[in-house]
Amino acid sequence: MKNIDDILKKLPYSDPFLFVDTLTNVSDEGVEGSFVFKESLPFYKGHFKEHPVTPGVILTECCAQIGLVCLGIYLLGRDKIVETSNIQIAMSSMQMEFRKAVYPNEKVRVISEKSYFRFSKLKCKVTMYNSQNEVVCKGTISGMFNVKENA
Amino acid sequence: MTKEERYTQLKAIISPYLPEDVTVDTITPESNFIKDLNINSANLVDIVLDVEDAFDITLENEDMDSMQTVQDALRIIESKVA
Repeated sequence: MKNIDDILKKLPYSDPFLFVDTLTNVSDEGVEGSFVFKESLPFYKGHFKEHPVTPGVILTECCAQIGLVCLGIYLLGRDKIVETSNIQIAMSSMQMEFRKAVYPNEKVRVISEKSYFRFSKLKCKVTMYNSQNEVVCKGTISGMFNVKENA
Repeated sequence: MTKEERYTQLKAIISPYLPEDVTVDTITPESNFIKDLNINSANLVDIVLDVEDAFDITLENEDMDSMQTVQDALRIIESKVA
């Protein structure tokens, strides 16, 4: 889908800090996407020693990249020309609750529902599921989105 | 609602967004939300949304841009309430 490829191309992240593989749905109200935590990701070496588990902050980052940033780029792109170079994004707050561990090579799915996008602030309700469709984590994430003019 | 009542209500709306080291007594009409009250721009958006609900008004992007101080907020509220 054209929209989706366009959003993925504009994400300001790269390996090893890109936590979006694909988006399966994007609309004015929300977004759904997925990511596979490959065992080669560098943090598994240290979290934990000889017992790799995906850190909660990384799960949160994955939720934020799919649920907040992809959605924000889509929403901004409706009425402005958004390029990776002219978009400024800052996570402003989040509250998460964790239910299940995610191990190397697990695929997760993130569903995000827009609470509001006003005055440059996007607030979303996010839920991450594992491949058994169990809730891994859920919460709310907010961020500020600015597009620099004439960048 | 009088001016004074609106001011009291606005202070009550701002209060939960104040950082721990800023008390509600610090708020004056001249207080700048970001510089004096140490409220970040993300929380300022939430204050505006709470103001919209409390006074049953809608603020535009221009209002948000011109809302630097508590007095600015009161002026915008007064211009919008019926």
